[in-house]
Amino acid sequence: MSLIEITEVKKRFGDNEVLKGINIDVAPGEVIAIIGKSGSGKSTLLRCINGLETIDEGSISVAGAQLLPDELHLKALRLKVGMIFQGFNLFPHLTAGRNVMLSQMVVKKTPKAEAEGMAKKMLERVGLAHKFDAYPDQLSGGQQQRVAIARALAMQPIALLCDEITSALDPELVNEVLSVVKELASEGMTLLMVTHEMRFARDVCSRVVFMHQGRVHEIGPPEKVFANPATPELKQFLGVIH
Amino acid sequence: MNYAFDFGWLFDYWPVLVKGILITVELTLVGGILGVSLGIACAWARALGPRWLGAIVATYVELIRNTPFLIQLFFIFFGLPALGVRMGELEAANLAMVINLGAYGCEIIRAGIQATPRGQFEAGASLGMSRIQTFWYVVLVPALQRIWPALSSQIVIVMLGSAAVSQIAAEDLTFAANFIQSRSFRAFESYFVATLIYLALAIGLRQLLRGLGWTIFPRRAAR
Amino acid sequence: MTDFTTWDILRNLLLAARWTVLLSLVSFIGGSLVGVALLFARIGKSGGGRAFVKAYVEIFQGTPLLMQLFLTFFGLGLFGIDVPAWLAAGLALILWSAAFLTEIWRGCVESVAKGQWEASSSLGMGYLQQMRWVILPQALRVAVPPTVGFSVQVVKGTALTSIIGFVELSKAGTMVTNATFEPFTVYGFVALIYFCLCWPLSKSSQILERKLNVAHRNH
Repeated sequence: MSLIEITEVKKRFGDNEVLKGINIDVAPGEVIAIIGKSGSGKSTLLRCINGLETIDEGSISVAGAQLLPDELHLKALRLKVGMIFQGFNLFPHLTAGRNVMLSQMVVKKTPKAEAEGMAKKMLERVGLAHKFDAYPDQLSGGQQQRVAIARALAMQPIALLCDEITSALDPELVNEVLSVVKELASEGMTLLMVTHEMRFARDVCSRVVFMHQGRVHEIGPPEKVFANPATPELKQFLGVIH
Repeated sequence: MNYAFDFGWLFDYWPVLVKGILITVELTLVGGILGVSLGIACAWARALGPRWLGAIVATYVELIRNTPFLIQLFFIFFGLPALGVRMGELEAANLAMVINLGAYGCEIIRAGIQATPRGQFEAGASLGMSRIQTFWYVVLVPALQRIWPALSSQIVIVMLGSAAVSQIAAEDLTFAANFIQSRSFRAFESYFVATLIYLALAIGLRQLLRGLGWTIFPRRAAR
Repeated sequence: MTDFTTWDILRNLLLAARWTVLLSLVSFIGGSLVGVALLFARIGKSGGGRAFVKAYVEIFQGTPLLMQLFLTFFGLGLFGIDVPAWLAAGLALILWSAAFLTEIWRGCVESVAKGQWEASSSLGMGYLQQMRWVILPQALRVAVPPTVGFSVQVVKGTALTSIIGFVELSKAGTMVTNATFEPFTVYGFVALIYFCLCWPLSKSSQILERKLNVAHRNH
């Protein structure tokens, strides 16, 4: 059974149709890389899955429940699916620990002590237990992104959406974030990531989705997509990247 | 509430209102142009001028920004004659508005000047321009463009503040409303109509300044 | 002709200045309360509420405070009440302050980065939770300097209430002038007292602003 089912999803911004009928099924434990040029609709797709954008046609369901654009359904969805952003989006007025505790306490009504324990555990998992009391602007970009991952994990999601999570990082900080993601993947977390890190996609992902002009242009296991691109667009895209 | 609204007096008194509007417009125009000019001069003095001049200007700015316009007006109109400086209501009103806008304008424009990238001054100097030439030809226009929205709001605020000049018997729009209500005994209606006119003037002035901004600054300056 | 000493003048003005301070406090506090209510309507989800506050702000920022004082004074009179000047003055200044404070605070709320809304949404927070825990705490820090700065406008605004007959510092200035025929001295003192009230507020607003900009973080 699929964990995330994306069926005939269309999304328009005004006259501009960004997603022109997307179909993807994601099985539990799969790690999917979404690649493509900017403007191909890959980030929009991810934002639709988290309900940050509403879809115009088609359906998205997560663990059997339909995504509906009202606050109750959205909340239920977001408890199941976490999201990591390109710009980290940590809460600047809270310490790293508090960042991880806040939504547990506010959304899940977890008691403070328990939330704190969970926050410590999650920060330790991303290698930042010692930064519990640091504020976001005292952390490097890579550390901030790892706190953001811990913050999403603390909600115990069944899947994580990663939207170009290393694109805003200095090159030397990319690996510390990717190795955290790699570890999550090996622990069986379901991951959908929009990424430019082709080597990472090849090594870690179970399937690669190449998006082009609002459609899934090619999809398949990384060996096939990278070694034997079927379409000239993907060939060109990979050529440009390498 | 047993009150019948009556706007019939408008028929008799419209020339008074028109005269009031014209004076308010005149005050705003003169106050706006001279006030902004004074503001530019003061901003230059504070940002780039000699130290002693900057200190004098700073004192002026702080004094004006921390006292009510009404008191500035009274001081000029009633107080200054004690020093032998006498002037009519309109002159006093104009002077007060210029001084007032000059102080606020100075701070706003100075912020625009300080946001100028250092390289602009260096480029001017490297081309052999004097400090004043660099200010005038290189720095000023982009600085004004940067703060034009804030400066525009301040000019509208000064226009609305000009209602106080009626208190030294300058015959502006508020004075007209006072006059009409004392004759027609229709206080609420008189002030209501005057308020609507002020609102229209404020909206019009804002549009005018926006249009002026587009004309003076046709291109987006580098930020 | 005059048996007023300089000290007499100053003493009378200082006594009247108490009313300026009191009216300023009432206006600022009342305006803040009304302003908070308007703010929530302005940034809330109801289109009607947003349109109302927009129009409210437009009207109060687009007309002279003096006219607002007149309309409040004579408008309340239409209800057949004998309106005391302090009531009209307080009411008009509260409504006027509210319009400006709402607009200042709206700017602060909107200055919070869009990613903060998205991140808190993605963690499952509802609108009120986002406001309470993520947006307002950040907006509040930015809001302090301009809010303190606006209090200066309130103090200066109270001067206009003298025109509808509220006896505060400015009115006292006119009265003392009429008794002493020393407008230069009297209005000089009046200005000085206003300055002493306003300057500390202006200065602290500037210092707070600088702190916020320089430190970039002050927890």
